[in-house]
Amino acid sequence: MNMIVTPASPATPNGTTRPQVRIVIVGHVDHGKSTLVGRLLHETGSLPDGKLEMLKAVSARRGMPFEWSFLLDALQTERDQGITIDTTQIRFRTNSRDIVLIDAPGHAEFLRNMITGASQADGAVLIIDALEGVRDQTRRHGYLLHLLGVKQVAIVVNKMDRVDFSAERFKEISDEISAHLNGLGVKPTAVIPISARDGDGVADRTDRIGWYKGPTVVEALDALEPARPLEALALRLPVQAIYKFDDRRIVAGRIESGSLIAGDEIVIMPAGKIAKIKTVESWPVTPVAGRQGAGRSVCITLDRELFIERGDIIAHVSAAPRETRRLRARIFWLHDKPLAKGDQLLVRSGPKESRATVVEIEKAVDPGELSSVENKAIGRNHVGEIDISLSNPIATDPYTENPRTGRLVIEVSGRIAGGGLVLSVDAGQRAVPVDIVPVESALRPDERSARYQHNGAVVWLTGLPASGKSTLAKALERRLFSNGGSPILLDGDTLRAGLNSDLGFSAADRSENIRRLAEVATHLARNGHIAIVAAVSPAREDRAAARRIADTAFREIHVATPAEVCEDRDPKGHYKKARAGALASFTGIGNDYEPPQAAELVIDTSTRTVADAVDAIEQMLKATGVLFDEVVDLAANI
Amino acid sequence: MHLLRSDSGADGLGFTAPVSEQIPVAQTAPSMDHLDQLEAQSIYIFREAFARLKKIALLWSLGKDSNVMIWLARKAFFGRVPFPALHVDTGKKFPEMYRFRDHYGKEWELDLRVEPCPPIDAVDPTLPPAARSAARKTEGLKMALAKYGFDGLIAGIRRDEEATRAKERVFSPRGLEGNWDVRDQPPEFWDHFNASPPQGAHLRIHPILHWTEADIWAYTKRENIPIIPLYLAKDGKRYRSLGDQDITNPVASTASNIDEILIELEQTKVPERAGRALDHETEDAFERLRVAGYL
Repeated sequence: MNMIVTPASPATPNGTTRPQVRIVIVGHVDHGKSTLVGRLLHETGSLPDGKLEMLKAVSARRGMPFEWSFLLDALQTERDQGITIDTTQIRFRTNSRDIVLIDAPGHAEFLRNMITGASQADGAVLIIDALEGVRDQTRRHGYLLHLLGVKQVAIVVNKMDRVDFSAERFKEISDEISAHLNGLGVKPTAVIPISARDGDGVADRTDRIGWYKGPTVVEALDALEPARPLEALALRLPVQAIYKFDDRRIVAGRIESGSLIAGDEIVIMPAGKIAKIKTVESWPVTPVAGRQGAGRSVCITLDRELFIERGDIIAHVSAAPRETRRLRARIFWLHDKPLAKGDQLLVRSGPKESRATVVEIEKAVDPGELSSVENKAIGRNHVGEIDISLSNPIATDPYTENPRTGRLVIEVSGRIAGGGLVLSVDAGQRAVPVDIVPVESALRPDERSARYQHNGAVVWLTGLPASGKSTLAKALERRLFSNGGSPILLDGDTLRAGLNSDLGFSAADRSENIRRLAEVATHLARNGHIAIVAAVSPAREDRAAARRIADTAFREIHVATPAEVCEDRDPKGHYKKARAGALASFTGIGNDYEPPQAAELVIDTSTRTVADAVDAIEQMLKATGVLFDEVVDLAANI
Repeated sequence: MHLLRSDSGADGLGFTAPVSEQIPVAQTAPSMDHLDQLEAQSIYIFREAFARLKKIALLWSLGKDSNVMIWLARKAFFGRVPFPALHVDTGKKFPEMYRFRDHYGKEWELDLRVEPCPPIDAVDPTLPPAARSAARKTEGLKMALAKYGFDGLIAGIRRDEEATRAKERVFSPRGLEGNWDVRDQPPEFWDHFNASPPQGAHLRIHPILHWTEADIWAYTKRENIPIIPLYLAKDGKRYRSLGDQDITNPVASTASNIDEILIELEQTKVPERAGRALDHETEDAFERLRVAGYL
């Protein structure tokens, strides 16, 4: 049965159309959604004739004060009896808009239904009880609107009659919710004081809210813009399927943003293959001339035979999406089991799917809570930021650049379990293989540390060639070993002879060299050893990556011997060769060494002895909890 | 996509476009109207279903909605419907409907599978008479599912036609018995669909869930899709919805063509399925049917 009480007909026979806007009303349970809906239907003249009078009469007869929410209940009952209305898709009209009100339950238990509903909305009304103020579900819904990409949000502060239409109370709530939403990058289109029960602020600015100068609810709804296809952005055509029903090889998909036309030069990502669009095909008439814009489901043929598959993204050569196996996303989580570091998932970005591993969980919070207590895992109905590694490269955009391709959903056991926005795409990061089942050591960490008198650590010595890294590393190794510890030296040059012998000195190879060093060192550290890494590691970004891998075990030492001293020493003859032009990509004589900005320790070997420097390192390791202080240690063993 | 006739003239093949770099940024594609948007969305859903499921079929009830569906499938797959069209036949349809099926099944080159329903005795006797009769169709559907092993059935239901249908998802999982658990529906957003039914269960796919009755008629007119004449008024009555002959009644109407139907829909406050007896027998009859796997 159709709820079109006042017929909303976007497709009338004469072809005239009014913009159709889909909205959700969200907010905490009992903050007055049903009352507002009832009042809105009345104020927009959308109720069947006599309906209101009838309900008022019924209320009077039963000796109950009339409530606007009765209206919705009554419509619901009639709907259940197959008479009039479907309350899940209520339609009404404002001056210039056809409004479709999508049902989005307020109860926390039905968050997945709220998300399903709100994800289809062009705009939202977030309702807040003036007496109760901002509540957990208010904040949660606000956060979800942000994650769902609903940008047009009108705030309605309801039940103003209960606070004597106090402008101060209104401002208090308005400030609180605006701050919350602004923090998420959502700017409310309006904050409106209303009494849905009495009608103030719904369609009229009554005297009681005379201090308020903004739009009414009806005016705010009338100002909502329908979703527009993203034609102004770069072309993104995710490939849904390849059809070969006849001699044509047809690439089918929906244009998510931008536009295309036959003759365009395109690139197929992530493979990066180039082709030209030969034709745009259709049925019953084909081919189609003219430009095809965002929102259209199209089919194209290409000027050459290329391997192309579902999930690839077609873009213009000049503005292609990024290929990545590593990305960060801000997500909401709906699954019963919390999402934790190391979890394996299926990630979908448009038609593309890839298995993935959660590398890191950051900022896991309950968006309903005021104090954001950070958790290690993202619980059901909570949000968080995750760093994920993909088994297949995907082409994607950060959501700030493209709201359509910059979002993803997460599946667990074949069921959608969460979704969110792509924050950043880490094009340099390698994937963490997903098929590995790590074998845990038979020993407990405390068994090792009791023997070695230290915790595991990665001591990372960075500095110019000939700055003294290897000398210091060897001396430190000796010192730790003499004290009964378990140091292991990982020298950059030594590892290049074996493990890293496939790598050269390009920026990418240097990054990979550092990554491998960091991985090996971290493995040793996790098993209680002190891995001492001596590597020039000139790029700050690479060292930051190493710190991410080793996490809390990382101790960076900048061996900051002046460049002239290093060149003077030149034990391997590298500076001489480089000066002679015989050693390309040599760090030291250019300005390509990026010194650390926050190293745990800085040592200049030109001004102190090796023993002195090793003392300093030992002190630092003690101070940062790697080496045990003997007194403390004895106490711990009693 | 909507083809403007002027777009696709004889010069279509020989058309050479400039390369992208030469296109001024301001140059835009023709904007999409409401029907274009509905069509593009439905085509997207059809292609997702075809790509992600192994063995699907389209439920062809011969009515206006499922005819629009077939048209949309042909748009999605270039004039073909690359999966069977399943008609679960109660044997009690109007003669006009059978004639329509036999004619267009051939003309549209459908892989038509007509599956009979079991006799009425085989159906839950606690249901009211009309619902019991409709439940035969559910049983027929279950038998067809068992026979062919489909993992996806494409059905032409719409949110606006009935309250319980409004709660539906586009990809709607069914239990092993074909049942629908309305309280435990998976989330569905951003056109990402849950397309992994458990072993032995199936999915319902609803490509026109977002359409309204008026949309269906406006599109039928625009695309010139054939309809069964019973929808048009004759002697002051027409059918708004077509079911079994014995449980479907015409409504009072003077609308003798689609334009007039659209005007009538603007004004009516009578629900579309008012003529379908099974909706009105008891409050929960329809929901019971749907939970058990009815469309």
